[in-house]
Amino acid sequence: MPFVTAGDPDLEFTAEVLRTLDARGCHLCELGMPYSDPIADGPVIQASYTRALASKLRVPDVLEMVRQTAPQLAMPIVTMVSYAIIYRRGLAAYVSEAKAAGVSGAIVPDLPVEEAGELSAICRGEDFSLIQLVTPTTPPARAKQIAAQSRGFLYFVSVTGITGERTELPPDLVDKVRWLRGETDLPICIGFGISQPEHVRTLAPVADGLIVGSAFVRRMARAAETSRAQVLSELGDFAAQLLEALDSSSSSLSADAQAP
Amino acid sequence: MSDSATSTSVDPAWEQVGRFGRFGGRFVPETLTRALEELTDEFQRAQRDPAFQAELDGLLQDFVGRPSPLYHARRLSERCGGAQIWLKREDLNHTGAHKINNTLGQALLARRMGKRRVIAETGAGQHGVATATACAHFGLECHVYMGEEDIRRQAPNVFNMRLLGAEVRPVTSGSRTLQDAINEAMRDWMASVASTHYILGSTVGPHPFPTIVREFQSVIGREARQQCLQRLQRLPDTLVACVGGGSNAAGMFSPFVSDSAVRMVGVEAGGRGSRGGEHAAPLNYGAPGVLHGSFSYVLQDEDGQTAPAHSVSAGLDYPGVGPEHSGWKESGRVEYTTCGDAQALAAFEALAMCEGILPALESAHAVWQAMQLAAERSAEQVILVCLSGRGEKDAAEIARLRGIAT
Repeated sequence: MPFVTAGDPDLEFTAEVLRTLDARGCHLCELGMPYSDPIADGPVIQASYTRALASKLRVPDVLEMVRQTAPQLAMPIVTMVSYAIIYRRGLAAYVSEAKAAGVSGAIVPDLPVEEAGELSAICRGEDFSLIQLVTPTTPPARAKQIAAQSRGFLYFVSVTGITGERTELPPDLVDKVRWLRGETDLPICIGFGISQPEHVRTLAPVADGLIVGSAFVRRMARAAETSRAQVLSELGDFAAQLLEALDSSSSSLSADAQAP
Repeated sequence: MSDSATSTSVDPAWEQVGRFGRFGGRFVPETLTRALEELTDEFQRAQRDPAFQAELDGLLQDFVGRPSPLYHARRLSERCGGAQIWLKREDLNHTGAHKINNTLGQALLARRMGKRRVIAETGAGQHGVATATACAHFGLECHVYMGEEDIRRQAPNVFNMRLLGAEVRPVTSGSRTLQDAINEAMRDWMASVASTHYILGSTVGPHPFPTIVREFQSVIGREARQQCLQRLQRLPDTLVACVGGGSNAAGMFSPFVSDSAVRMVGVEAGGRGSRGGEHAAPLNYGAPGVLHGSFSYVLQDEDGQTAPAHSVSAGLDYPGVGPEHSGWKESGRVEYTTCGDAQALAAFEALAMCEGILPALESAHAVWQAMQLAAERSAEQVILVCLSGRGEKDAAEIARLRGIAT
């Protein structure tokens, strides 16, 4: 499951990236809605957001791009979007506009479960997945509570920290995910730090989906300086490498295809 | 002051959820929620612990130099030709501003939680210096995030922080000012939360920071209230304080909130005008939204992206404001006005010439508002201004603005 920033450097390119990743067989795509103050994001995604906003990217334009592109895709699209953006648009308005555009759900990184009640109720009414996050600092009892609130899938944050490529992932990650697996029926997708086929091979047996962000966004950033066709082909090849690692290490990954 | 850290003015129900009316809350990544809960618990335990209070009171007295004086600005009052202007002299605190009240309290909390490393954000550098000072005092490791643009503008404070043993980390993302320094400190905390305490410098951010900072700063208002009763045998008629994030104002106002006869005025930075990008006045020109972990008034565009702020004063140059101020605005308990760049500079000069006091440019916004109010009132009226900091840090910038060589 790739994460790509919307509008970096422009939405036309984002749409091409979505089509390429879909053609290569990605199961779901997380679309990052650029935000001015993304405190959970590392330098690569931050910089992509800054570039996108500098080119006057607007939220309705992103949703319009999804509306035009989603019907051509087999993979569902969920947005990673700050609560600041959703609140400003109006909770109900944002959810109905996103859904009408063909978005399947939202990951709202700055909305912990105790603040999520109102949005959660609206999303349920619209059959729009509000995907909740569990992190290594989440105590077990709270993790169960979060899992009970989540819809579509449960996002397990692999590291205590911000997004960005890591060479090594925490040694207890597999055990933690295994524990959570016993506590929920939802598909569990792991994200943050995952950037290499080795990570995929390690985590695939315990996860229903793996989210790779900065490693895609870093490659996409080259579109500003080199040929777009070249970047698209590199992105596709990278996705294929990850998918190959996935296929070789797990046969139980159908779940993320049904996610949101 | 024997009672300097004991009383509290907050509605206990708000404490539970970190809400001030509908404002406040905790809009942060899940990674931080456990640390924020631990901090809330530790703060509540510390509030009930007489040994903690005694240690803080001792530091405020012997290290900071509290109580800060209450001063009657007679010549300034005469010049305005009306009510009496009194100043609560936070500029006379160690490190030259009210910021030290909060950093000492939070450094004590860090020590209680067994955290040996502290991070902080700073804009003008006053909170950075106050944090570096508290960390040097307690032997804590200190990293201060500061926008590259502010590092350039506030070089003396950067040097002071380094002399105090802090590492100043330049922030090169986004606007390269305070807004991004907070983002960067939050990102550090996301990864270091087990061993590190984040000393936020104002009454902003996720719960419990607005409450913690307000409580540590409320020593200002408690002292001022007692000093007024002793010297004037009555409460002041009006309180005036500048509002950026709002910590000096919250500290001054909160002990007077239930004194319904006391009028309270918060002064935001009016900058160069009321259009977007010209000011730093979210309570006057912004709308409710989410920034840096709390729901409060904020300067945003139509999509919820944080909009640029401007003020001649770096300490007020922030697009958000503490959620308790949003609560006070909505309930009508506090009035919020603006003072522009030029008016603040005029007040700076007036206080310098009439009283021999160089106020911080931030505090000069409050002085200007007090001068306007004083001119309309009778001589029996008492207007009390929180003079939150001293102005030496701004002298070079003022000289530059006036075209004077230093």
